[in-house]
Amino acid sequence: MNNVTDNNDRHVVIELQNVKREFKVGDEIVHALRGISFKIYEGEFVTIMGTSGSGKSTLLNQLGCLDTPTSGEYILDGTPVRTMSKSQRARLRNRKIGFVFQNYNLLPKTTAVENVELPLMYNSKYNASQRREAAVKALQAVGLGDRLEHKSNQMSGGQMQRVAIARALVNDPAVILADEATGNLDTRTSFEMLVLFQNLHAQGRTIIFVTHNPEIAQYSSRNIMLRDGKIREDTINNNILSAADALAALPVNHDD
Amino acid sequence: MNILNLFKVAIRAIASNKFRSFLSMLGIIIGVAAVIIMMAIGQGSKESVRANIAQMGTNVIMIRPGADSRGGVRRDPSEMQTLRQEDYEAILRDKRYVTYVSPEVTSSGQVIYGANNTSVSVYGESLDYFDIKQWAIKDGETFSEEDIRSSAKVCVVGTTVVTELFGENADPVGKTIRFKSIPFRIVGVLKSKGYNSWGMDQDNVLIAPYTTVMKRIQAQTFFSSINCSAITEELTDEAISELTSILRASHKLSGEDNFTIRSQQEMMETMSSTMDTITIILVVAAAFSLLVAGIGIMNIMLVSVTERTKEIGLRMSVGARGIDISNQFLIESVLISVTGGALGVLVGFLGTRLCLLVGFPVIIPMWSIFVSFAVCTVIGVGFGYIPASKAANLDPIEAIRYE
Repeated sequence: MNNVTDNNDRHVVIELQNVKREFKVGDEIVHALRGISFKIYEGEFVTIMGTSGSGKSTLLNQLGCLDTPTSGEYILDGTPVRTMSKSQRARLRNRKIGFVFQNYNLLPKTTAVENVELPLMYNSKYNASQRREAAVKALQAVGLGDRLEHKSNQMSGGQMQRVAIARALVNDPAVILADEATGNLDTRTSFEMLVLFQNLHAQGRTIIFVTHNPEIAQYSSRNIMLRDGKIREDTINNNILSAADALAALPVNHDD
Repeated sequence: MNILNLFKVAIRAIASNKFRSFLSMLGIIIGVAAVIIMMAIGQGSKESVRANIAQMGTNVIMIRPGADSRGGVRRDPSEMQTLRQEDYEAILRDKRYVTYVSPEVTSSGQVIYGANNTSVSVYGESLDYFDIKQWAIKDGETFSEEDIRSSAKVCVVGTTVVTELFGENADPVGKTIRFKSIPFRIVGVLKSKGYNSWGMDQDNVLIAPYTTVMKRIQAQTFFSSINCSAITEELTDEAISELTSILRASHKLSGEDNFTIRSQQEMMETMSSTMDTITIILVVAAAFSLLVAGIGIMNIMLVSVTERTKEIGLRMSVGARGIDISNQFLIESVLISVTGGALGVLVGFLGTRLCLLVGFPVIIPMWSIFVSFAVCTVIGVGFGYIPASKAANLDPIEAIRYE
């Protein structure tokens, strides 16, 4: 692996070089991304914001290696992605990326451990006991060490999202990609998730959080704003709020 | 993903839709059971016909009067008086591939003993007949060469004749019965052969020297047929051509044969090929139900792929390649069809037991079970392929957001 480092010796996890993505809709060409360039360094917690139609979903698909640029280059942890085949990208996702989706996307009628093991099922380096060991560790890291054998339909939304985060952690990815990861949760649970993400950030994880909720940017270390397929703002947040404090300040929910 | 995990995933998917999986298996179960039962009936009938023909004797070759070729007006073969004593003697003199030879003169009518009478088939034969037919004597003995030379009025009878005239388990040896007012002394009783496949009682017979039947009963100079026995089954063809040339020489023929030679083997082959044709028709009909079952599986797998689009999207996003996804669905459809096949074999087996109870002769050919399994696997792969490749070609971006 190329050890990509910046001049100030920080490891570059993600590098986009003038990435463009065009779609053909009928006879028209839709420019979803009109030339995006940025670098994300190891250990950053980046929020990518924008209204619908700003190109943030397209950008997320690019970052997640689910799609390839029409032009430009995307380098993930030293690996250029644009010319890769579908299978090669699947393998790259398996090793380098952890996805967290808005609607959790857990396998139905399946236990927490088995859900978390899923990415490792597609990695022949892991045998059954190593898979389970890694899955249990990831679940403990998200605070679900006591719910290993709970099935997905026996858990609350917050618990399901924790399982999903554990699943994103289990392959020790270069970057965690969260797509509106708090979008389906109530305020309190959303803050619990943010606490979890901030903890992961504190442990040195690289996190990209795609959202349309501007509030979340205050809890991240950097914010990229998209509009019409271009970067409108790219700001470093020097005053990161603590999600744990915000959670403590919330009025106690007596329904729990 | 490795095979073991793929199987686990497939079993879980099938188990989570038990009733639906069972319904799609049902087509395979019925199809396989039908194929196996049809094959078993075909094979069973064939074997029973074979057994009946085998009962006729060993490597039997029958010579009958009458032409076997095309053209011209033909007389009833029984009127043709082409098989004569000279032919018999020629065969006895020149045979190399033939072991036993017996001329046959037949008649039928009432036999009378005291106040009892019964209708019986009368065969005039030489001593070789008992070897050709592998027919042993139960009580007494056969008539002798001397009896043949002197056209003696002696006979051997079947067990049915004994029962009808003398009663069950009586000893008729030495008694005299009358056939067409000619007295015959019984010298032996034949072992019972039972009924043949055409429902004829083979024990309702009276066998006398052929000379006696020819001269004293029928007053004729020709034979109805000549039965021979080839040395071995393999030499049947040589024996037939040998007999043909002997008879042609004896009859001084230049044109078409005025006799017909048929072998037991040939009859067996004719019967077998008829049974094979019937079996093939039955099996093809049953195989169509397997085809329909395969389409049923394809249908259910397509539904399953659509239902699990989101799951497919998730698996792809965490690193499943197209081939991992297609393998997952292929194994699922193979598992459905092979499980259905196994249950079908079981149902087919029970079905053949039922046939046996009803009285059908059935034999399950072992290879039909292997063929069924192979066909089921092929169906699983074949009809699972389209749904599996549909799943593998899904776009993960769309699949993961599919609602």
